[in-house]
Amino acid sequence: MNLNATLFAQLVVFFILAWFTMKFVWPPIMKALDERAKKIADGLSAADKAKSDLQLAEKKVVDELKKARESATELRAGAEKQGAQLIEEARQEAANIVTQARKAAEGEAAVAAQRAKEALREQVAVLAVAGAERILRKEINAQVHADLLANLKQELK
Amino acid sequence: MATEHAPTASEYIVHHLTFLTNKKQVGLVDWSVLHLDSLFFSIGLGLLAVFLMARLAARATSGVPGRFQAAVEIIVEMVADQAKGIVHSPKSREFVAPLALTVFVWIFLMNAMDLLPVDLLPLIGNAIGVHYLRVVPTADLNATLGMSSAVLLLCLYYSVKIKGLGHWIHELFTAPFGAHPLLWPVNFAMQMIEFLAKTVSHGMRLFGNMYAGELIFMLIALMGAAWAGTVGSGLLWIGGVIAGTLWAIFHILIITLQAFIFMMLTLVYVGQAHESH
Repeated sequence: MNLNATLFAQLVVFFILAWFTMKFVWPPIMKALDERAKKIADGLSAADKAKSDLQLAEKKVVDELKKARESATELRAGAEKQGAQLIEEARQEAANIVTQARKAAEGEAAVAAQRAKEALREQVAVLAVAGAERILRKEINAQVHADLLANLKQELK
Repeated sequence: MATEHAPTASEYIVHHLTFLTNKKQVGLVDWSVLHLDSLFFSIGLGLLAVFLMARLAARATSGVPGRFQAAVEIIVEMVADQAKGIVHSPKSREFVAPLALTVFVWIFLMNAMDLLPVDLLPLIGNAIGVHYLRVVPTADLNATLGMSSAVLLLCLYYSVKIKGLGHWIHELFTAPFGAHPLLWPVNFAMQMIEFLAKTVSHGMRLFGNMYAGELIFMLIALMGAAWAGTVGSGLLWIGGVIAGTLWAIFHILIITLQAFIFMMLTLVYVGQAHESH
């Protein structure tokens, strides 16, 4: 092979092209690559953050739900208790009323019985007098024996 | 060619291996001669490569890249990774890494000229009055040695820059065997041999591969040109098609590999210039 000045021309061209690449090609491409790498890294970390945020939110939702359910249960229990209490009170009152009514009825009955007894007593006295009249065939002066009869009445009590 | 007289096989090959020169070369070395075809194609392809990349770089987006940008980015990242692994000085990498990128893309394009039909551009050249044309600049020893010499200059530059002139000269005489004064000439001779061997093998490797590849394409073209209407020549023609296909496919690997090897060796040699013995 022959050697000639092409060698030096090629050598110079080599450096010129390399210089051009260093000046105009390499930096912008590297810059774009680095920026993209940074963008991707940022995006990934943002995605991670969003993920953890979501997890937190989900946990919070679960907690809130649990709390709400608990308070609902509590409320229901309270309401049931209150209802039971109301019923109990009502029952108590009803029982009271019944008792009172019974008492009143008993009292009335006692009074009526007393009255009947007294009426009977009156009549017993009259009957006794009538009976005695019959027995004695003699009129008994009611006026005279009024005290006696009264005494009798008293004794019959 | 066919219009005058059909050239013999050896005339055909010799014609295809003749450079377009400004004047006839006398002797093995003639510094007044220029290979115009090699220079035209190497400069043209070099400019094409760097301007395409510069145009892309000017519009490079850090968002979603287009296909061309992505392709260039793949190459740039590959080169940047290799440079980072081999040349450990970030300051030097500012120049060496873009240089390696240039070397890779440029040599790849020059090698790829081999894949054009061997007669296409010479025929076109013939039609416009250029009678000799070699289209693969890397099959020109001057071009490959020119580039490897440039790498040698880089190595010398970085040796002096990183180690300091005194230290470097000291190293020339004391490494690799030792600092004993008797060993100085031996050391120096070894260093000179090393520089020479590196540079020559660097250039010769690329040249040899591409020259051999080009020659084989010419031989295959001769098989195709054997067509003369007979059965035997028909078989040769078919053989030419098959061999041409296979060799072209294989050559895709070679042109890429040789471009990559030249780039890697450039980085390795420059990296070595940074290391003290």
